[in-house]
Amino acid sequence: MDLLRFATAGSVDDGKSTLIGRLLFDSKSIFTDQLEAVEAASQAKGDDYVNLALLTDGLRAEREQGITIDVAYRYFATPRRKFIIADTPGHIQYTRNMVTGASTADLAIVLVDARKGLVEQSRRHAFIATLLRVPHLVLAVNKMDLVDYSAEVYERIRDEFVGFAAKLSVPDLVVIPISALHGDNIVTRSANTPWYDGPSLLHHLENLHVASDRNLIDARFPVQYVIRPQSSQHLDYRGYAGTVASGVLKPGDEVMVLPSGFTTTITAIDTADGPVAEAFPPMSVTVRLADEIDISRGDMLCRPHNAPTPAQNIDAMVCWMTERPLQPRQRIVVKHTTRSARAMVKDIQYRLDVNTLHRDEAAGQLGLNDVGRVQLRTMQPLMVDPYQRNRATGGFILVDEATNTTVGAGMITSGS
Amino acid sequence: MADLSDRYVPEYRISHLKALEAESIHIIREVVAELERPVLLFSGGKDSIVMLRLAEKAFHPARIPFPVMHVDTGHNFPEVLEFRDRRVAQLGVQLIVASVPEALERGLVQEPPDGTRNRIQTPVLLDALEKERFTAAFGGARRDEDKARAKERVFSFRDEFGQWDPKNQRPELWNLYNGRIHLGESIRVFPLSNWTELDIWQYVEAEGIDLPSIYFAHERSVFERNGMLYADNEFCRPREGETTSIRRVRYRTVGDASLTAAVESEADTVTKIIAEVAATRITERGATRGDDKFSEAAMEDRKREGYF
Repeated sequence: MDLLRFATAGSVDDGKSTLIGRLLFDSKSIFTDQLEAVEAASQAKGDDYVNLALLTDGLRAEREQGITIDVAYRYFATPRRKFIIADTPGHIQYTRNMVTGASTADLAIVLVDARKGLVEQSRRHAFIATLLRVPHLVLAVNKMDLVDYSAEVYERIRDEFVGFAAKLSVPDLVVIPISALHGDNIVTRSANTPWYDGPSLLHHLENLHVASDRNLIDARFPVQYVIRPQSSQHLDYRGYAGTVASGVLKPGDEVMVLPSGFTTTITAIDTADGPVAEAFPPMSVTVRLADEIDISRGDMLCRPHNAPTPAQNIDAMVCWMTERPLQPRQRIVVKHTTRSARAMVKDIQYRLDVNTLHRDEAAGQLGLNDVGRVQLRTMQPLMVDPYQRNRATGGFILVDEATNTTVGAGMITSGS
Repeated sequence: MADLSDRYVPEYRISHLKALEAESIHIIREVVAELERPVLLFSGGKDSIVMLRLAEKAFHPARIPFPVMHVDTGHNFPEVLEFRDRRVAQLGVQLIVASVPEALERGLVQEPPDGTRNRIQTPVLLDALEKERFTAAFGGARRDEDKARAKERVFSFRDEFGQWDPKNQRPELWNLYNGRIHLGESIRVFPLSNWTELDIWQYVEAEGIDLPSIYFAHERSVFERNGMLYADNEFCRPREGETTSIRRVRYRTVGDASLTAAVESEADTVTKIIAEVAATRITERGATRGDDKFSEAAMEDRKREGYF
C-alpha cells in the first residue's frame, strides 16, 4: 500500500469541508464519537442536517465563525492507499496556507460551486497548484444536485477551466461532477450523471499513478547529519545521513561533493535495517564513501556529470507570508535543503496578480500573500535546480533573522 | 523483435509505512542538527515507543544523542514503568524522570480536588524542561488524535511559558523545517504527525516492536463509569453503586492510571489488535480518555496553556 498526499482548496461556501467529511465518512475513517460530536454541534448550531463540515473545523474560533482559518491535515485510508489531506482555506487571506499545503501535494482538488461556475478563487487556487507544481489536478464541480445534474452546466465550467488552464502549465487534469452533500461521484459513479464517463473521485485518487512523479533521474543527496559513533564497535564508521532528494544512488556509484567538487565513490548505503542496494526518494539513508573528504551538513552529493548549479544569484518566484512587506535590499535568510545562507534581496522584478496573472513591474515590494519574481544574492552558494525540474532542490524557505519566523517560500527559476 | 517485457524498469516503490518512517527519521535528524539539547518525551505508550524506535534508527549505528524524559504522574501502570526501564537500559540513553508527586511535595503544583493529575502535568513538564535547559522536546502526538492537533505543525513553536498560539504557527513547506529560536524559547517536535493509529499498529507488527503487556487482552477487575471501563486499582476506586467484575480487556492508550479506561477485547496479539482497530468505530481518545470529554476545545485549551 502506498501513500498519496493531496490538497483541497475551495471557497468558504463551495463545500470543501463537506467534501472531506464525505470522503472520511464514506471510507469509514470517521469514528462514531467524532460523528456524535458533530451531530451535537450541528444541533446546537440549529442545522437540521449533519453538517459534515463541522468534522473538519477544529479550532474554537473557526467553529464560532464557521470558516476554516488554517491548514489542517486529515487522514484516511482505503485498502489500496493511505491518504493525507492538506485541507487549506479558500480565502485569499490564507494564500500562504494553501501554498504550504500544496508544496508536498501529489494532487490538488479545486472545488467550484456548479451554480456559480469559475470565480476568482478557483483561478487563484489552480494557479497556486501549478506554481507549486502539483503534478495532478482535479476540478471538482460541486453541488450538481442544485443544477439538476445538468451536463451543460458541467461542460460549460469544464471548458472555461480548460481554457484558463491552457495559460498555465497544468499537468494532468481531470474534471469531475460531484455532490459532496449527497455523495454523487465521490466513491462510486452516480446514476444522476449518466452522461459523465470519467472516474469517481475516490477511484481517481486510489488509482492515480504517482510513482513516476518523482525525479528519479537527477541524483541529489543533501547531507543532513554526519554519523560518527566513535564506539569500540564502530571505530572508524563515518556515515552521511540524509533524505534522498531525487535520483537513485547505488553502492559503487561515483559521486561528487558540492560545493567542494571532490569526487569519490559510494561504498555502502546503510539503514538501521541493514544496507540497501539502491536509495531513491523519499528514503532516509546513511551513505558511506571511499575517501575521507571533509564533508558536512549542507553539502550535497550528486553524480559528476549531473550536478546542480552552485549559485549565489537566485532567481525565484516567491510567496510572501508575513505582514511586513518584502523590499529590495532587505536582508533575509534562505534555507535550501540542509543549508542556510544569509541573503539580500537584489530586486523585486514584479508582483504577480494571482487572480489575473498580470505582472505588475512597478510594485516594488511584496505584501502578505503576494507572489512575485525576486532576485536574491546569497552569501554562500546554494546547490540549486529549477523548481520545475526538481521540487526538492528547487524550493526554499525564507526566514527573518530578527524574529526567526518563516516569512516566505520560493520556487527557483534559475541560479548562477 | 525484442519483447518489451525483457526490460525490467524498476518502479522504486515504497510502502506507506516506509514513507512515514523515512519522514520521521528526517524530522528527528533535522532537530538534532539544528537545535541544541533536544529531549524525547516518553510515556511508555505505543506512540512514544514507536518514536523511540525511530530515533534509534535515525542515528544507527551511533547511540541516540539525547536523553529521554518521562513525566511521571505517580499514577502509573507498573507494567509500563518496567517496560520503560528495560528499554532505556537497552538503548543506553539517559532517563530523566519529571515527577508530579515530587512537585506536589515541594509545592510547585497543587492536587486538584478531583484527584486527577492531567492538568498539573503541564507545569511539571515545563519546569523540568527549563531546569535541564532543553530547547526541543520530541513528542509522540499524531494529528489524527484530536481536532486541535490536526492544525499543529511538526515543529511547534512555544513561547517562554510553553504556550501555543494556534494563530501564529510557522509555515512548513516541502521538508524544510525552521527550528530557529530565541533564548528562553523552545520547540515541540512531533515526528509522528502524519501517522494514524492504524499506521502505528501496522508498524509495530511489521517491525516486531515490543509493547507493555497492558495493550493486549488480559483479565482485569473493572467497573463501569460514564460508559467507560476503569480498572479497580490503587488510583481508581469504584464508588457507591459501581460494581466490579473480572473482564477480558485491553488498553488502547496508556495514560494516567486513575483516568485511563480499558475496552473489552479479545485481541491478545498485534494482528488481532489491528483487525479490531480497523473495525472500530470509536476513536482512541474518545473511548478511553475521561479528560477529553469535557468540552470540544479541551485539547486546544490545554495546548494553549503549554501542555504537551
